[in-house]
Formats: sequence, structure tokens, C-alpha cells
Amino acid sequence: MKIIFWGTRGSLPAPLNGSAVRRKLVNALVKAAGLDLDTTEKAEAFCDESLGFADWSTFGGNTSCVQVDTGGPDYLLCDLGSGAREFSLAALARHGPAAPQTYHVLISHVHWDHIMGFPFFVPAFIPGNRIRIYSCHPKFETAIRAQNHEPCFPVEFRALAAGIEFIPLEPGVPHDIAGAKVTGMAQLHGGESFGYRIEQGGKTAVYTTDAEYKPDDIGQMDRTVAFFKGADLVIFDSMYSLAESISVKEDWGHSSNIMGVELCQMAGAKQLCLFHHEPVNDDDRIAGILAETLRFEEITRSGEPLAILAAYDGLALEL
Amino acid sequence: MSFAEARFGGAVLLTVAGRVDLTNADAFKDALTAALETATSAVVVDMSGVDYISSAGLRSLMIALRAAKAAGKGLGVAALTPLVLEIFTISRFNLVLSLFPGVRGALEALSPDGLGQFDAS
Repeated sequence: MKIIFWGTRGSLPAPLNGSAVRRKLVNALVKAAGLDLDTTEKAEAFCDESLGFADWSTFGGNTSCVQVDTGGPDYLLCDLGSGAREFSLAALARHGPAAPQTYHVLISHVHWDHIMGFPFFVPAFIPGNRIRIYSCHPKFETAIRAQNHEPCFPVEFRALAAGIEFIPLEPGVPHDIAGAKVTGMAQLHGGESFGYRIEQGGKTAVYTTDAEYKPDDIGQMDRTVAFFKGADLVIFDSMYSLAESISVKEDWGHSSNIMGVELCQMAGAKQLCLFHHEPVNDDDRIAGILAETLRFEEITRSGEPLAILAAYDGLALEL
Repeated sequence: MSFAEARFGGAVLLTVAGRVDLTNADAFKDALTAALETATSAVVVDMSGVDYISSAGLRSLMIALRAAKAAGKGLGVAALTPLVLEIFTISRFNLVLSLFPGVRGALEALSPDGLGQFDAS
């Protein structure tokens, strides 16, 4: 199973702006002062060996869209945030417009950042493509159809040329989707949200975004730990700090890096991926949160180490 | 986890020891609530004997902070071990709770009337 991240931000797209690029460039030039970097190879080696990820790259700015490659011919996506446009362009470049494909999409919920990419999802405009959209959310079909409608978007849903189907899922019931076993779970989030446990070929990925956890709710903790149990990867909403999520931003429906570590440790998960990054956090801030999360895991570890990384647009993980 | 409670003027000093986690967070919350009811000015939590606190324990402190503010009383957390201070920092609880290096400093800031009794104890 391979996981490819096309959009990793929460709430709304957060593109890197010119001043941020300039800051990275200035920092890199200062760090390179006095070095002999007169070839591309030397400069590439300098980036790899002397700079941090946030110095030479970016976590990206697209909203939630994650591809789960199960090795089969069909595509499987989680959510249709603005990253879905990038995905669709890559799929089109790979196959060309004349080779119809089947796209399976799991929708966590219908807040705008999780569906805003659909109007720009190029395969939807091409006859012969099949797009099968699944969700436990009761309003997913209504919300997705409503986006492609005047006055907010000029292309009506009925004008889309692909074959588009909406398939409701029942939480807690395993479904066979794109060759994977997919099970949904209700999460705590305003307007409802659902996580998905995806199992295939002996590997398990859990996609859990837009979910708030109450640290002292033993019932919720137990259900979540069972849902995460033994997962090879947990893609986790870590938008806020723990203090924010249980004080000024309590009941805003999001979680923290601390909760992610604790839940994954209790569940015996192998890898935690920080996801749904707060859009006001710049690359240095996200890199700092990752470093702190690694330290928190280290000082709270009682069994096997939990691998931790921060998702970025373009990240590909082989499980 | 164990507790000990002492009164210094209008303040209650709640001394906590051991590990605070999901299994005992409710007991921690209850102890904080009881201390707040007893105190007339502030509660100081001596955490010098706490070797770990989980998110559930931190939430108990947050609930106590809200109750303290609503009652017009102070809440201070004192004498964190380096490791527990790291947990407070990573979780950003250092930004929402009043932290003090030691109990005496916490009493001095939150309930000066109890300082003499504390020094004499």
C-alpha cells in the first residue's frame, strides 16, 4: 500500500507567498556563505546535507486530499480538497484523456476544505470516466452537487460528462472499495465527520481528520484506540496545540499532536502522520511542531517507538 | 497518584505525586475541585513529585482553571520536574496556566497572606 499526499492543510488553502520564498532564499544564502557551490550537484548536496526541510521546501498549501494506492487499476482517494486538482492533473498526464479510469473517493465530511477541489477535478469533465463517491456523511451527495451550481460555479453538476455515483456507507460496517476493506467511524466534529480505516494486503492506513478527542472521555478513547489498533499509518488531524484544543478552541472539532501520539501509543500503531495543518502556521512552525512531537514521543515511550512525520503536499509513503 | 492538602492562609496547597493519566484524571479533577472549594484566595498545585502527566491530567487542570476564574480565585502550578515542564511546553499549557519554579513563589504571587504560615511550617 502506498499513500500519496496531494493536500495537507486544514480549513483553507495556504499558498506560499513571495515574502516566505524570499526568507527561505536569504536564509539559505547566509548558510551557504563562503562555500563553493558553483554546480547544481554541489548546491543539491548542500540542500540535502546542510539545510532542513523547511529551509528548502514547503509543507504545501492545498487542502485535504490523500491517495491510497492499493496496487489495483482503480484510484482511491480520501477527500476532495484543493489537492484533488493536483491529483487529477497528474492522473490525466499519466493516462491521457482517451483512457477512461475509475476513481473511488471517500469523503470524511462536507466542510468546504474537503470538497472544494471537486469543481476542478478534471476527470469529472471527461466522458467514460467513472467517479464513485462514498461517505458515511448523510449530506455528501447534496453538498457535492450543490457546489457545481450558479452563482458559485459556472458548470452545473448535470453538465459533467463522467459517470458519477454516490454510495452511502454505514459506519462500523466493512465495505469492499477499490480492492480494500474500508470501515468508517463517526468522529466528534461540528456537522458530523467520519474517519476511515483502510486495510489491504496486510497493511492498514487510518484516515482521521476533522476529529476532536476529549482526553478524559474513556469511551471515546476506547473506541478510537480500537479503530487505530495496530495501524501501519494513522493520518491524524493535529491542527491545534493540546492547550488550544481544550481551552479557547474547544468544540471547534480538531485535535493536537499530543492526542495523536497518545492515541497511537495506546493503539500500538506504527506511524503517526501529522495532518490538516493550521493554515496560519508557516513551514518553520510546522517543522517545529514535528520536532516537539518527536520529543514528546521519546519522553512518553513505554514500548515500541512510534514513527512520526508531518504530511506535506507531494509526500509519498510506502507502507 | 497520591494527594496531600495543606492550608496556608486563604490558599490551599495541593501536593500531587506519581503519574497522572487517563486512569486517575477524574480523581485529580475531584481533588482540584475540593481544594478550590476550600480555598478562599488560591490553590497552588505542587507537582514536584509528579513524574508524568497525560492529556487527561492536563484537561483536569484546565477544568480547574475555569472553575478558579469563575470563582475569582487563583490557580498556580509549581515545581514542575524538567520532564513534566517539557510536556507543559510542548502542549502549550505553559501559556494558559500560571507556572512557578517553586511553591513559595506561587504563594507569594497568588496568596501572600499564606506566605508567613508557609515559611513557618
